[in-house]
Amino acid sequence: MKRDDFSWMIGGVQGSGVDTSAIVFSKAAASGGLYVFGKREYYSNIKGEHSYFQVRVSKDLIRSHVDTVDMLATFEEETIFRHALEVRSEGAIIYDPDQDTKRLDTIPTIEANVKATLTAELSKAGLSADVKGVIELARRRGVHIYPVPYNDLLKEVGTKHGETSLSTLQRMLNVMAVASSFALLSYDQELVKDAVRKQFKSKPKVAEMNADAVGAAYGFMGQKYAGSFAYKLSPVKADGTRLFVRGNSMVAMAKELAGCRLQTYYPITPASDESEYLEAHSEMQLDGAASQGEPRLAEAAAMKGKGAIAVVQSEDEIAAVTMAIGGGIAGVRSSTSTSGPGFSLMAEGLGYAGMNEVPVVVTLYSRGGPSTGLPTRHEQGDLRFALHAGHGEFPRLVLASGDLEEAFYDTVRAFNYSEKYQTPVIHMVDKALANSDGTIPMLDVKRVKIDRGALLREIKDVTNGEFKRFKHVESGISPRAPVGTKGGVYWLTGDEHDEVGHISEDPVNRDYMMEKRMGKMELAAKEIPISDRANFFGPEKADVTVVSWGSTKGAILDAMEWLKSDGITVNFLQIRLVNPFPTEYVTALLSKAKKVVGIEMNYSGQLIGIVRERTCIPVEQMVIKYNGRPMSSEEIYDAIKMIHEGKAPKRMVLKRGA
Amino acid sequence: MALKLSDLKTSAHNDWCPGCGDFGILNAVQMALAEMNADPSGTVVVSGVGCSGKAPHFIKTYGVHTLHGRAVPFATGIKLANPNLNVIIEGGDGDGMGIGAGHFVNSGRRNIDMLYIIHDNEVYGLTKGQASPTLGLGKKTKSLPLPNINQAINPIMLAVAAGYTWVARGYSYDVRHLKDLIIKGIRHKGYAFLDVLQPCPTYNDILTKEYWAGEGNLDASGRPQPRTYKLEENGYDGIVHSDDEAEIEKKVQQAILKSFEFGDHTPIGVFYQNEFVPTYEERLTGRSPSYKTNPPASQEIAKPDGTPLTNIDKLLDELRVS
Repeated sequence: MKRDDFSWMIGGVQGSGVDTSAIVFSKAAASGGLYVFGKREYYSNIKGEHSYFQVRVSKDLIRSHVDTVDMLATFEEETIFRHALEVRSEGAIIYDPDQDTKRLDTIPTIEANVKATLTAELSKAGLSADVKGVIELARRRGVHIYPVPYNDLLKEVGTKHGETSLSTLQRMLNVMAVASSFALLSYDQELVKDAVRKQFKSKPKVAEMNADAVGAAYGFMGQKYAGSFAYKLSPVKADGTRLFVRGNSMVAMAKELAGCRLQTYYPITPASDESEYLEAHSEMQLDGAASQGEPRLAEAAAMKGKGAIAVVQSEDEIAAVTMAIGGGIAGVRSSTSTSGPGFSLMAEGLGYAGMNEVPVVVTLYSRGGPSTGLPTRHEQGDLRFALHAGHGEFPRLVLASGDLEEAFYDTVRAFNYSEKYQTPVIHMVDKALANSDGTIPMLDVKRVKIDRGALLREIKDVTNGEFKRFKHVESGISPRAPVGTKGGVYWLTGDEHDEVGHISEDPVNRDYMMEKRMGKMELAAKEIPISDRANFFGPEKADVTVVSWGSTKGAILDAMEWLKSDGITVNFLQIRLVNPFPTEYVTALLSKAKKVVGIEMNYSGQLIGIVRERTCIPVEQMVIKYNGRPMSSEEIYDAIKMIHEGKAPKRMVLKRGA
Repeated sequence: MALKLSDLKTSAHNDWCPGCGDFGILNAVQMALAEMNADPSGTVVVSGVGCSGKAPHFIKTYGVHTLHGRAVPFATGIKLANPNLNVIIEGGDGDGMGIGAGHFVNSGRRNIDMLYIIHDNEVYGLTKGQASPTLGLGKKTKSLPLPNINQAINPIMLAVAAGYTWVARGYSYDVRHLKDLIIKGIRHKGYAFLDVLQPCPTYNDILTKEYWAGEGNLDASGRPQPRTYKLEENGYDGIVHSDDEAEIEKKVQQAILKSFEFGDHTPIGVFYQNEFVPTYEERLTGRSPSYKTNPPASQEIAKPDGTPLTNIDKLLDELRVS
């Protein structure tokens, strides 16, 4: 396996600007035409615990992270203790020599077992359990060590700007670490300064001081270490416009485009960022048709030009989902975003929406469960629950996005499906996607179409003033006039009901209504094209066929390329619409596959079970992971290689990640 | 054309017990809507689960019979999506102050322009008479095997404390007075709470119609004295007349003190009213000015061919790196 990308890591105490430094690093690289993929790992904590950010950079398309660290940028001791030995031979560590005497046993935030393992390793090598010892061990393993006296450099910058407070100056440590990294890579200094200026654009003084910190770091590194690190990073010409995006905001933007006008939420990691983005951008321009190069049409002009999305922070997730359903009842595209614990509370509400044929979208960001689980870590443990949440039987579509772009387009599809089939849609994204940053090509807004299904603007067909909201129609999809539509009235109830919505326990009516509701899933299965229900990558015939869903997509695709150059052919079936399940398509593909491998981020192989349930095809080989850290392309590569060589256990559990 | 009372009746069979206090509330709601000449398709009655939950099915406006305890958040979603609708919530005491207590309290912080009527009979009727959150400690209604082990919630005090800007109590067999309260509650700009004393002839053998009429509460001459009295006829003024902290504080304290009167001398009428608090709709408009001029339910989101109308160019520009 040959990588020609570059993997950079920065770590620090939560709240000390780790996130900012990674964004600056990523944007500086991305604005130089490079592809970037970033992954954030953090504790369920506000300040004090350790967090780190890994950014992978390449001139070619990349879609995942790797375990290997080519360069580790640090500005405090904990990152050195935790990650120094992850750096590959010939890689680099940038650190502050002032930290040399810091002892491992004095750091309260490092787990006892981690301390014990590291202490043993150091003692075996005859080294002390302090920064100096770890750095020495890394050096012995072939890592290049670059001490940078940050404080001296910061003081120089401070003198120039009249800033004497060391604690104020130390807020720039993160930027110093970024700039030192880029300097070693001989990357264009101006691109780094630009990224810094943009990051702090609301505070021009801070921006200039940080830009000078970049200059100081470049100056020092150039003088002391010029030409000492072999890997160089150079800007390239990008093939068209690119965006640098994060999962949460992709979903939020798409909600605005899709016409979502009521979003409810109860704060929960990792879903809240999406709602906060919507709150910050609640006022919208409604002249999109014109901006797409079409003349401003009369109807567009008549739309009053502006619109707002109401974003409501509710008292709990029960209120969040029922408020959103209320919005759907009133004819407004409505949604709520949550994670596992919140979704558990939404189960009864979902059933109400199913029973009353109300369109509503629930964006479910899965994280490590059960219970509070691993609140800030990744898992795909909620698939079965998304399929079955709620008592009784009602139709629902379950959609799972595999990457940042899919998250955008799928969000719009979720709203279309919910109105077309008049039922709840659960759109699954996850922590890994929510907290991944990446460069993607400019989104094609023109590709997006809104389909509101059988939505009525006025009621004409009434009997005695009553409108048959649940009218018997062959398709099962009755024309839907929102509550508040002039011309008639009807009722909704969680009880079984008749055509106008009054309670009915009549057995004949019950049969009809159950068949009407559940039949909509068969209709959806027929109508939704297979290209929107599953993706298939790679050659038709392959040594190994991977079946997976959700955010493992990028790592699988990246691993496939390496495997291909090793002569192992792999194809990949990605399930995007888990319900209604693309049964025939999957059956046809898997029944002719040579060796099927199920890959997913949970303990029991939930999709693998669903595949077996729907197709009667057993997926004998599973690759699973549940330690809370997303699968890297390297570990998928290694796993498939082992499987191909017949060396893998049937149930292969991946373990990497810090 | 004026709306007649009969226009607000439906063909759904009403299966409440004979003599149920719910009938009085139902009549009062219909009378209020008729008197206001309300547009049935511009009015939504949202209910929870329980005997009171069936109320919308008997009123010919839009009716949304929701889940147990969730009438308030459903109504919130409907109202915020379409602020032009007249939204009335009807729920039971168990629905609102037991299973839905979190919504009861937190909706008070929003001041959405809706009326919330609670059918308060101190028992869970539909599940055969268990104690509800408004039944007092030690009380033993008909179907309880042992006296109630919990204390009662004081709904008036709770509503005032939670921030409702109009708080009143009615009695279901004083239909005209109740009708007037409902009209006031609907007209109030902000979130209105109306607690209605409602005899449950089947399960509550303590707070009966006869009890409220004065049975056993005799004056010096031996005549039964009704146990309810009207606040407005007794010189009580619960209205905040100026946007003044001191006055608001005084009126809040007065309402809370008044809420302790219960039993032989039970006040009905308006305990508290304050129209100086901005509604949630106004607060949303403060954040996004077009919320008022082009509220969610009125917004077009696409051209007839499905092209989205929302322009996200600015959002995309923020993310451009090359």
